[in-house]
Amino acid sequence: MLEIRNLTRTFGGVTAVQEVSFRIRAGTIHSVIGPNGAGKTTLFNLITGLYQPSSGQILLEGESIGGHPPDELARRGMSRTFQNLQICMNMSALENVMVGAHMRQNQGLLAGMARLGKLVRAERACAAECVELMNFVGVGRYVDADASQLPYGALKRLEIARALAAKPKLLLLDEPAAGLNHTETQEIDVLIKKVAAAGVTVVLVEHDMKLVMNISDHILVLNYGKKLAEGTAQEVRANPEVIAAYLGGAAAH
Amino acid sequence: MKRALHPGLVATLVILVLLPFTFPNSYFFDVAIRVGLSAIAAIGLNLLMGFAGQVSIGHAGFLGIGAYASAILTSSYGWPPLAAMLGAAVLVALLAFLIAKPMLKLKGHALTIATLGFGIIVLIVLTNEGRWTGGPDGMSVGPLAVAGWQLGNEKQWYVLVALLLLVAIRLSLNLYDSPAGRALRALHGAEVAAKVAGIDTAAYKVRAFVISAVFASVAGSLTAHYSGFITPGLAGFLRSIELATMVVVGGMASTFGAVIGAALLTVLPQLLGGLESYEMVAFGLILMLTMIFLPRGLVPTLRERLRRAGK
Repeated sequence: MLEIRNLTRTFGGVTAVQEVSFRIRAGTIHSVIGPNGAGKTTLFNLITGLYQPSSGQILLEGESIGGHPPDELARRGMSRTFQNLQICMNMSALENVMVGAHMRQNQGLLAGMARLGKLVRAERACAAECVELMNFVGVGRYVDADASQLPYGALKRLEIARALAAKPKLLLLDEPAAGLNHTETQEIDVLIKKVAAAGVTVVLVEHDMKLVMNISDHILVLNYGKKLAEGTAQEVRANPEVIAAYLGGAAAH
Repeated sequence: MKRALHPGLVATLVILVLLPFTFPNSYFFDVAIRVGLSAIAAIGLNLLMGFAGQVSIGHAGFLGIGAYASAILTSSYGWPPLAAMLGAAVLVALLAFLIAKPMLKLKGHALTIATLGFGIIVLIVLTNEGRWTGGPDGMSVGPLAVAGWQLGNEKQWYVLVALLLLVAIRLSLNLYDSPAGRALRALHGAEVAAKVAGIDTAAYKVRAFVISAVFASVAGSLTAHYSGFITPGLAGFLRSIELATMVVVGGMASTFGAVIGAALLTVLPQLLGGLESYEMVAFGLILMLTMIFLPRGLVPTLRERLRRAGK
C-alpha cells in the first residue's frame, strides 16, 4: 500500500529523518515508535505532504507521491489526525466532521449560494452519515455542541471521525492516546481495532507502549531520525538496540 | 440547521416592511438605503473576512470600480444600467481573480497590506484619469432605469435595496451551511486540517475574494445610480476601513452581524452629528468599547449570552 524508500528530510543542519525505508501492507495496523525527537511526526508530515522530502521516495499504491500537496493526497485516499489538535474551533463538532467529507460533496461556491434541492438532500445525507461516525468514535452526545465546548479526549476522537469521514484507504494517527487517561486509552485501542476491521490501513505514532504492543501488526522503531528496528511486537520487544534506546545504554547489557 | 425559512431572515423581512411606517421624512429613507447598500457590500466582505479569515482593507476599491464602471458604461457608451452593472461585475470579477492569485499567497498582515495597496492604486487611478472619471471633482450618473421604467423617489429605491439585501442575506446564509462555506470556515479555523481533508485552500481563498469583490461591485453600481453623483472618495481608504469595521463589529462570519455592523456604522455618525467636531471621537470610542466588551462582535456575543441565559 505505502512504500518509503531512503526518505530523508533535513532542517538546516539537523537531519530529522535519515534514509528511512519501510513498507506498509494494506489492511494492517502499523506503529511508528521511538523516543521524543526521533522524527516520527516529521515522517508523518512527509507522508501526508505537509513537508517536502529532501531526498528519497514515497510510493502510494506504486505511484510516487513525495512532495505532492496534502489536498491531492487526501483525494488519493490518505487521511490523518494531528498530535497537536487541528480542530476548527469556529465551527460545531458536527461541521468539523462534515469537513472531512468535503471531497465527496458538491464543492462549488455558487452551488452553495443557490442551495438547490439536490444539494440540500446531499447535505442531509452527509450530516446523517457524520452523526453516525460521531457515534462510531464515541462522541455522539456532542452532535449539537460547538467544537470549542468539547473536552480534550472528545476532540481527539472528533479528529478521528473527521479523518474517517473522508473514507480513507490509509489513515495516519499521530499520538491518538496522548493526554488521555487509562480508560480513554483503552477505548481508543478498541476504536482503532474497529477502524482497521472496517478495512482501513492504519499507521500510528504512539508513546503508549501498552497500546502499541497490543494492537500493532507491525512496528517500526525510529531513533535520531534513523530506522533502529522493525518487526512484530515480540521481535521489537526482544531487540537489544530498542531496549538500549529506551532505557539507556547501560540496561542493554 | 436546514430550515427553508431562516428565523433571522423572516425577522429582517418584517423589520424591512415595518420600518418605512416609522419614517417621518425622506431623510430617513435615504439613511436606510445607504445602510442597505453598505450591508450588501459588508455581507460580501464577510464571506472573505468572516468565513475565510482573510482580512481586506481595500474592498472599497472594488466598490469604486463597480460605481465608476457603471457610470462610464451608461454615460459614455450608452449601455442600459442593468447591462452596465453586469459588465462592471464581470470586470471586477476578472480583476479580482487576477490579483487574488499572487496576493492570497501572502499570509495575515502581509495580505492586509497588499489589499490596502490595491485600494490606494484604484483611488489614484480614479482621481487621475480625469477624462473618464471627471477626476477629483467626480462625475454624474444617470438614474437606474429598467426597460423604460425609472427608479425615481426614495421609496422605490428603498423597496429595491430591501429586496436585494434579502437576496444577499439568503445567499450568504445558504453558503454558510454548504460544503463550500464549511471549507472556507475550515481554512479559517485550521488551515492544515482543511488541506488534509482534501480542500484546495488556495483555490477557495481566490474564489471567496472574487465573490466578495462582486458583492462590492454591485453595491458600488447601485450607490452610483442612487446618488446620481460619485467622487473617488467612494473608493477611498476610509471607506475600505469602514467596510472591514462593519464586518468585525457585527461579528466575524455572522451574516446578520454584517448587516447590523453596516447599520451601526452608517446610523451612528448621523446620531452623533450634534457633537459636531467631536463626532468622530465619540464614534471611535464606541467602536473601541464594542471591541473591548464584545470581542467576537455584536451578533455572536449576544447570541452566546442569550443561549446561556436560556439554559
